Amino acid sequence: MNQHISAPGDAADPTHARPDAPQDVVRLVDLKRRFGVTAALDGISLTVRKGEILGIIGRSGAGKSTLIRCLNGLERPDSGEVFIEGREIGRLGERDLQPLRRRIGMIFQHFNLLSAKTVEDNVALPLKIERRPKAERLQRAAELLDLVGLSEKAKAYPVSLSGGQKQRVGIARALAARPALLLSDEATSALDPETTRSILALLKDINRQLGLTILLITHEMEVIRSIADRVAVIDAGRIVEQGPVWSVFANPRSEITRSLLGAIRPQLPAELAARLLPAAGAETILRVDVAGEAASSPLLSDLAIAVPGAFRLVHGGIDHIQQQPVGTLFLSVPGSDANHLAHIITFLKARQARVEVLGHVAHPV
Amino acid sequence: MSPILFELLLRSIWETVLMTAASGLISLVFGLPLGLALIATERGGIAESLWVNRVLGAVINGFRSVPFIILLVALIPVTRLIVGTSIGTWAAIVPLSIAATPYYARIAEVSLREVDHGLIEAARAMGGNRWTIIREVLVPEALPGIVAGFTVTLVTLIGASAMAGAIGAGGLGDLAIRYGYQRFETSVMIAVVIVLIILVCGIQWAGDRLVARLDRRGR
Repeated sequence: MNQHISAPGDAADPTHARPDAPQDVVRLVDLKRRFGVTAALDGISLTVRKGEILGIIGRSGAGKSTLIRCLNGLERPDSGEVFIEGREIGRLGERDLQPLRRRIGMIFQHFNLLSAKTVEDNVALPLKIERRPKAERLQRAAELLDLVGLSEKAKAYPVSLSGGQKQRVGIARALAARPALLLSDEATSALDPETTRSILALLKDINRQLGLTILLITHEMEVIRSIADRVAVIDAGRIVEQGPVWSVFANPRSEITRSLLGAIRPQLPAELAARLLPAAGAETILRVDVAGEAASSPLLSDLAIAVPGAFRLVHGGIDHIQQQPVGTLFLSVPGSDANHLAHIITFLKARQARVEVLGHVAHPV
Repeated sequence: MSPILFELLLRSIWETVLMTAASGLISLVFGLPLGLALIATERGGIAESLWVNRVLGAVINGFRSVPFIILLVALIPVTRLIVGTSIGTWAAIVPLSIAATPYYARIAEVSLREVDHGLIEAARAMGGNRWTIIREVLVPEALPGIVAGFTVTLVTLIGASAMAGAIGAGGLGDLAIRYGYQRFETSVMIAVVIVLIILVCGIQWAGDRLVARLDRRGR
């Protein structure tokens, strides 16, 4: 990694030095935007703190793209306020938005590289827009291509690059003008899982090395899990839940969050789920969600000592999110003794676990 | 073919090349900005103005729907105003240019419209203004189509310049009608056709080569 990359908003440009800058890079207040009869944004309020990675997740059509485009004025809200570094941008005209947009880098799902320009000219374009001298532009482009590991492709055209390489160029271009904020619009959605991981690792690196604030939107919980500090879940133009990633993962409150988490959290195996009955049977299946203290303690062995009687671990595991253990366990308790079951549930709940009786199976698995 | 006819042929070639090149250049200089204006002013364009867009579209359609031979005659007063005479090669350049400009504007419009909207959005997100978008995105990205369209326009102009013989413009078409057709000089007719084929093929070949060199889209 290159050491010459200076932090965003560094003192090189005195107009960017803001000693009174608030800690919130972005503050949204009650943003609303309608397209015909559908509300793309239906009262969104949100802050993005300096240096953090905020992930916004939602299904397609939830209003994510509209939201992220409101931050650099590509989209205008019908009502509500958008503050960027403490400055309200809603009343700015197109001409006044242009210098502001140079403070905000953006990367895209389909990369949006100019096919007629070489990689280095693509990276240098934001500086050309700022009318910087050519030598400075090319030097900065070289620095950034070094940062994203594509120095040898400087003279190549985008057509010869792979998807992951194109996104690296997109990231380098977004960083060229030393932005205070990076917007990522589904930046990994067109990439395969391995490339996705390397791009996310690069974004995390940039966040740590440069202290760059990142706001990303995605429909993949895996992206949130890998790099976000905080997450906001958006559905039908509203934020249905937000908080630190590990806590939302450990304790999802809304149905939509649970459904989005479904892809990466342990699920009851389908063939077992199909056999679940509401009435009592040979075994009872429990879902136990644990996080923090409960997940790092010897919960199951303590349970075996405290409540005599058999139980089996059917499925599950403990994951680590932001260094916090978060897990889901599926237990099977044999017999139809309601008392025994109640003891187990009471014990687990006393240890801060969330317990749900999923149903019963007639025959042991 | 007699030496006199051969000299006539050479002069006609020069006149055709002159008419095609001059009116082609004029149609490029005015047609490309017109095409840009059509794209910029349409709904969702970088300088949306539906009123301007409709007026421009109507004027272009108006000129394009008049048959060239009619335009040639109808524009005689305009030609006289600009060139000072309504007869001859230079006089023919005026109606040829006026016919080719809206034609080329539409061709340029199609190429410009094919530029991925995401690229325009990326340039806006970088803080680029309209001029940046035109100079850095629209024109460079559409350049292969702009050049290919110009090639088509030049070839069309070679054909149209033959009609300009009606106002004494000279050129290969005029030669073919007056000598090859009306005076039964079959050798002149064949020579003209061969020269025209070489001209058209040459322009098309050069245009295609240029497009291939410019196209970085990998299609």
